[in-house]
Parts: sequence; structure tokens; C-alpha cells
Amino acid sequence: MNGNARLEMRFQVNGNDFIQAGEASSKIKRTLQQIGIDSRVIRRVVISSYEAEMNITIHAYRGEILFTIWPNLIQIVAQDEGPGISDLEAAMQEGYSTAPENVRQMGFGAGMGLPNMKKNTDEMQIETEEGRGTRITMKIYL
Amino acid sequence: MTLSEIVRQLDLKVLTFMPENDLEVRYGYASDLLSDVLGQAPPGALWVTLQCHPNVIAIASLLDLSAVLLVGGILPDQATLERGQETGVTILSTELPTFEIVGRLYQLGLRGSTRSCLDG
Repeated sequence: MNGNARLEMRFQVNGNDFIQAGEASSKIKRTLQQIGIDSRVIRRVVISSYEAEMNITIHAYRGEILFTIWPNLIQIVAQDEGPGISDLEAAMQEGYSTAPENVRQMGFGAGMGLPNMKKNTDEMQIETEEGRGTRITMKIYL
Repeated sequence: MTLSEIVRQLDLKVLTFMPENDLEVRYGYASDLLSDVLGQAPPGALWVTLQCHPNVIAIASLLDLSAVLLVGGILPDQATLERGQETGVTILSTELPTFEIVGRLYQLGLRGSTRSCLDG
């Protein structure tokens, strides 16, 4: 499936590491700028990847971001080992969050992450298992 | 209005550095919720907030915001300042609280986001 990918990148994301958080998205942005992707598309990609990165940082033990560009498609897969999402329907509602208080004080955990990801991508699929982890696959068509 | 003009008119403190080429700033966004800024702040907006940790700088850099303006005399820690230097994000500071400084920015001609300015 990845045979004709133009570019593939993989980033490790560690739970609770708020200093490193955002690095993957920042590298993805630089790469997209270098290959001349439209700035409006870049904006959608970095919003989605940053939210996914922060979700791993806030909620999971560890995870990774897999970023792939095909000629007509950008795909971001964020997968983690973590608690999973127990109520997916609620998590998709704006304002619903299970983030801890210390993270909310930083301005995270407003319950807008997953809705932001959905709004900025053309397709989003969430697979989650309680006690195991979550995988989110997002697609943006070029 | 250019960023340097805004800094001069409102007597803002520059905590990192000003961009080499002065920027025209048309939009502002005031919020302390990071996902709200990610989802709503227009490109090039001046971001008014009281949040001052390195993730704020990461977001400003990702969205190409013109500057982060910290309110109420808040000063960021060293890690945040360093992140600003590294990523080229201008960090500004004012003694005024959010409501006051936003009012003055509006008087200078800056406007908030609307759907149409995001889509356009």
C-alpha cells in the first residue's frame, strides 16, 4: 500500500512530555513547506497532527505519529498505548474532556481536540480499546 | 497596521525579538484555550493570552501567528523564551488585562476572526 508513497515520516511521542510535544507537527510543517504544499492545506494538516500529538502527550503512555504523503493524499496516523477512549460519542462532542486539572490549567483539555481534527480532515477513523490504546487515521486529499 | 507600529502605540514590551521584516497585522485573537486558538485564530493573527508555556510558542509557530501578546504583566519562564527565540516567534507583554488591551488593539484597526476571513 505504501509502495508509491512520495514521503513517509515516523515520530515517537512520549506521554506527559510537554516540552517535546509539538515537534512532530513542526517537522511535518517544514517538510510540507519544502515540497510546496498549499498553505491552507498545511494549516489543516498541522492543526490535526498537533491535536493528535497533544492527545498522546496528555492521555497516553507513549505513541507515534505516522505521516505519509501520496500524490493525491496526506495521511496522519496517531497510535498510542494508553487508556483508550471509553465513550467515543461523548469524546466527539465539543467541550467533553477527560484531561486532568493540571493540563487544563495550561489551556489544554477544552474538549475541542477531536472535533478540530474531524473538521480539518476529509476522513477520520478512530479505533480504540479500553486499557489498550487508540489509533486515529486521518486523511486529507490534495 | 504593522507589528512595530502596534508595539510603539501600545507601549508593549518585546521579550524575544521583532521580525526582520515588519509584518502587517490585520487580525487578533484572544483566548487561553489552546485548541480554540488552533481551530479559530486566523493566519497572521496577534494572539492575546495569559498562557505562557512553551506549547503556546509551538502553536504560534505552527499557525504562523504574527506574535504572542502576554497580558497582565505576565513574564514567561526561560524555556518559553528560548522556544520563542528558536522558532522565531515574537513574544510581547503588556501590563494591561485582556479586556483593556483587546479594546485598544481594536481601536488600532485590528479585527477578530470570522468564518469568511478564515475561508478567504
